Amino acid sequence: MGELIVFYLLAGIAVATALAMVITRNAIHSALFLVLNLVVVAVFYLLLGAPFVAMVQIAVYAGAVMVLFLFVIMMLGAERVGGTAGLRWQVPLAATLGAALVGGALFAFLQTPAGLAPAGSPPAPLGDPVAIGERLLTTYVLPFEITSVLLLIAMVGVVVLARDFRSEGK
Amino acid sequence: MVTLTHYLVLSTILFGIGAVGFLIRRNALIVFMCVELMLNAAGLAFVAASRYRGLLEGQLTVFFVLTVAAAEVAVGLALMVAIFRTKRTTNVDELSSLRG
Repeated sequence: MGELIVFYLLAGIAVATALAMVITRNAIHSALFLVLNLVVVAVFYLLLGAPFVAMVQIAVYAGAVMVLFLFVIMMLGAERVGGTAGLRWQVPLAATLGAALVGGALFAFLQTPAGLAPAGSPPAPLGDPVAIGERLLTTYVLPFEITSVLLLIAMVGVVVLARDFRSEGK
Repeated sequence: MVTLTHYLVLSTILFGIGAVGFLIRRNALIVFMCVELMLNAAGLAFVAASRYRGLLEGQLTVFFVLTVAAAEVAVGLALMVAIFRTKRTTNVDELSSLRG
């Protein structure tokens, strides 16, 4: 019962922060609401017995990525660029399509819940960092290495893209 | 008892909010944040499925998605800075020409 109360409380915060992120006018506020949302999801990861993923989520996502977002928003002064859609029919159409998407997915999930999760109580949590590290460096060592190459490419790409070509000749 | 369906429903709602935000917001940076919200909702579904099915792979997938998302955000924001230098705006309605 206590578990259910915690779930609904956190789910309420998650949905409220997500809505606030989409609705608020100021991009800085949006970013801060998103940070809160990411932290709530990290707490969900902890509840689901995945402490490693939760900590990575807080350090990488809520930490590094969102700081980058805030830096760029402040650097460009893009706090208040364009509110919502310029086309009048776009908001209702987007809301309709979004509702259809959510409705369809909910129908699929609620129709066959038994097929997704085995009946009875779930197995013991298994997200301990040692197990994840072992799996990453044995079974999934190739994707792991590809990830490091990807990060290197991204780093080089960002340096090239963000360089100011015009001011270089002077 | 909290079941997998609870988490899947929450994940769907978060994904839907992100998708609608992606469609209606005009600030390219907020559009980007909505993409992050959707990625995150998918991650929640992965971890919940991992927990209830007793498989570690869901968590590993989220780990890989996190690293790819970090790379994507870095490149995307650099693009945004480069676009802002020439166009002086991040409003996606005004960024309609392919030729810089």
